[in-house]
Parts: sequence; C-alpha cells; structure tokens
Amino acid sequence: MNPIFKILSNIGNQVTSRIWRLGSATRLFCLTLIYSSESFRRIHLTIREIYFTGVMSLIIIVVSAFFVGMVLGLQGYYTLQKYGSSESIGVLVALALLRELGPVVTALLFAGRAGTAITAEIGLMKATEQLSAMEMMAISPIARIISPRFWAGVISMPILASIFSMVGVMGGYLVAVPIIGVDHGAFWSQMNVNVDFRIDVINGLIKSFVFGVACTIIALYEGYDAPPTAEGVSRATTRTVVTSSLTVLGLDFILTSFMMSN
Amino acid sequence: MAQKNIVEIKNLSFGYGNFMLHKDISMVFPRGKVTAIMGGSGCGKTTILRLIGGQIKPKAGQVTVDGKIVHKQDRQGIYELRRKMGMLFQHGALFTDLSVFDNVAFPMREHTKLPESMIRDLVLMKLNAVGLRGAHKLMPTELSGGMARRVALARAIALDPDIIMYDEPFAGLDPISMAVICDLIRTLNDALGATSIIVTHDVEEAFSFADYIYFVADGSVAAEGTPKELSKSKLPFVHQFVHGEKDGPVPFHHNAPSYKKDIYEWV
Repeated sequence: MNPIFKILSNIGNQVTSRIWRLGSATRLFCLTLIYSSESFRRIHLTIREIYFTGVMSLIIIVVSAFFVGMVLGLQGYYTLQKYGSSESIGVLVALALLRELGPVVTALLFAGRAGTAITAEIGLMKATEQLSAMEMMAISPIARIISPRFWAGVISMPILASIFSMVGVMGGYLVAVPIIGVDHGAFWSQMNVNVDFRIDVINGLIKSFVFGVACTIIALYEGYDAPPTAEGVSRATTRTVVTSSLTVLGLDFILTSFMMSN
Repeated sequence: MAQKNIVEIKNLSFGYGNFMLHKDISMVFPRGKVTAIMGGSGCGKTTILRLIGGQIKPKAGQVTVDGKIVHKQDRQGIYELRRKMGMLFQHGALFTDLSVFDNVAFPMREHTKLPESMIRDLVLMKLNAVGLRGAHKLMPTELSGGMARRVALARAIALDPDIIMYDEPFAGLDPISMAVICDLIRTLNDALGATSIIVTHDVEEAFSFADYIYFVADGSVAAEGTPKELSKSKLPFVHQFVHGEKDGPVPFHHNAPSYKKDIYEWV
C-alpha cells in the first residue's frame, strides 16, 4: 500500500473511531438521563454512591486544598508585597480558589480518585458478566448501575469543590495571618468586599457542576465500553484520567470565556 | 394453549462481520425437558444462549420463546420474555458487592413488591434447595467455585422461571461439586416443571442427565439425539468428541501453511 495512503487511512480510522466513541458516549449520557427517575426512585443506591465517590474523596480533597491554599498564600504574599498591597492576599486566595482552582483541581482529583474507581468497578462488572447477568434478569444496568453513579458524581462534585475552596481559604489564612503577619481584619474584610456571590461563587459552582457531569460520564462510559479483559480495564482506567483531565481543562477555558464575556 | 416447544430455533444464522458462526441452525427445546448443546470450545454454544435471551440478534432465521419471536420484540417485550428465564453464567456472575442472601433476593426485590419477611423465607428456601442456606451471610469472595455456582443457581431460579439456561455449569469444578450441580440441574428442572438448556462440553455429565443432546460443529448441528442414541453413533465427529480423540474431523492443528514453508520463511 502506498505509504501516504496508509497514513491518511490511519488518520481517517482514528478520526472515525473518535467520532464513533463520542456518539456512543452521548448515547449513554442520554440513556442515563432517561433512566434518572429510576435512580431517584431507588434513592438509597444514589446515596450509597455519593458515599463512595464523594465522602471517600474528602481526605484527598481536604489535604490538597489545604496545601494549595497555603502555597497560594505564600506566592500571593511575595508578589503583592512588592506593590504594597499585601492586605489583598485574602482576595487573591479566595478568587483564585472560587473561580478556578477549586472547581478545576477538585475535578482533576475527582477524576483520579473516584473516576478511576468507577471505571474499574464497571469494567470488572462487565468482565465478570455481572452486567450481562443483570440484563438477563430483565433489569437495566443503566438504571441500576450507571444512573445512580452518574447522579452521585454530579451531586458530589460541587460540594467537594466548595469544600476545597473553603479549606483552601483556611490554608491561605494560616500562612498569611499567623505566620506572615498580615492583618486579620484586612484579610477577611478585603475578601468580603471584593468577592461577589453571583459572579465568583455561583460561577465556580456552575463550573464544578459541568465538570461533575463530564468527569462522571467519561468514567462511566470508559468502564461500560471497556473490553472485558484485564488489559481492557487497565487501559480504560488510564483513558478515564487522561480524557477527564483534558476535558476539564478545555471546558474550563470555554466556560471562563463565557463567564468573563458577561 | 401452551406450545409444546417452549424455545424453537429455526434456520438461524449468526456471525460477526463476514465470519459466520452459525449457518442455518434449527433446534427445538420441548417443555419440561433437559436439553444439552455440546460442541468444542469456540463453536458458538454460548452464543446460542445469548440469542435465546435476546442479547444479540440473528443475521437470518428466528428464535421463538413461548411463541414470541425474540428479536422482533422491543426492549419491554424482551424484558418480559427474560422474566420467564433464569440463567446460570459460566463463573456465576454473582454481584460482588452483595451478600449471598442479597444476591438471591436481588431479582425478587427488583421485580416484585413482596414484603421483606416473605423475601427472606423465599431466599432461604432457594438457598436450602442448593444446600447453602447456612452460607446466606457470606460474601461472594468467601465462596468456593462450586458454592458460587450453586448460589448463582439459586438466584437463577429465584422467580421460578419457565426456562433455565446453564452456560458451562461444570467448568472448573471438582468432581464432588460437579456431581452436586449435575444432580441439582435434574432435580430443579423436575421440581419446578421448568425447561433446561445446558451448554457444556462435559460428555459424561451431559449424557447422564440430559433428555436430548445437540452437537454443534462448524456452525451447524452435526448430530442430535438422546444420549443413548448418540453414544452408539458412528458419526466420526460424535465418536471423536464422545471418546475425546485428539485428531479426527476436528483436526489437532489449526489451519496453517506447510510446516516446511513456515520454518524456511525465516531462514
């Protein structure tokens, strides 16, 4: 075969396969929404998944947020003091966390901690024929397995992002006020004046909600679509992290552009 | 009036892409009988069960369950047909996050509105039938292969299905577990008045309890008959399979060019 033709053919195959996967994931997403009423009817399933995806991710979220907040406090202080506005450190930490770092870092950590767990669990359920068994019992795996996990992820993400921002601000406060010596009142009052609930807090929550939808559906799709072998599940788990991370960063740019244009 | 054959496969062809796994296969599964489908690994025995369960669609021909053509049903219709079926998967396919009790209770909780006290009685009854009432608190990871298979069997019969399908029920079991499963298949079939379809390649076991046997080879039914008829069969394939001969109509070597050519290709 002509080498150029071979290269073009490979590119074509890759593009077609990506589009096919996107369509397949969209179909799963639509079916998940259609079966959502089932997962809310059996709310205990969704609550159980919120525990596994949300509550169990709390440690990594809280610890990371604390360190991110402390680093922000340090970095912010050294830059702001050059301009004589070190009192604004509270605003810098809060805005950075609420607008960007809270939703984005939470989503990245969520993809690594909960997303991989979801993919591996569903992939293994498929490999051990548990999903087929459910189908043969006339029970839809999308209603029983996929939908509760989807809503658990979507509900957990904004809550985790809020906790991340809150703990991050505390980390920033710890570095700025007791350690560096920035005025306690200035730290909080500047933050109080300059952080807008509608623009900063709500937009951050909207972002984390969108990231929650994206990360969870990617994790679910990768698990549901994984070849039922050890290698297939391991590749699907890796793809979950890579695809979720890139999607979160891309979506963050798009959402920020829309939010800033307002 | 109920049909004589609860499952009928007529002129069925199925394959992936250009490869045809089944070519014009016809089989019938009479009510109340235990029918075995036998054949070598990879001949598409399990696929026949998946076709009966409506998990895949045939390329030609049809599968009828209780008078209804499976692949012409919508999702709801297929689910209604599946409620008449119970399936034992090759490795049990127990839900690993649920206990033995909850695994057996699972179809009851999903499909009925029975009170929990009645579900408890029914689950213990089903587990007692497979001899594992005492293991109801265990998790699937704490069970041996044979026990897991028996729990899966209890789950498969949870809703007293009309058809029980078994996918390689003896694979990887020790002789005692094999004998237990063998006995359970026949006993449960007769006690529940169900119809059993068993996919297996274990000759001795299948010949001991099946009422009728189909041999599948090269995508079609190579032989069929009662165990007595088949054990006397002079057909080369049946003879090779029943006596476990390594060469015959099913060759020892996979299709390959000449050995000499393969060796010298690298020189």
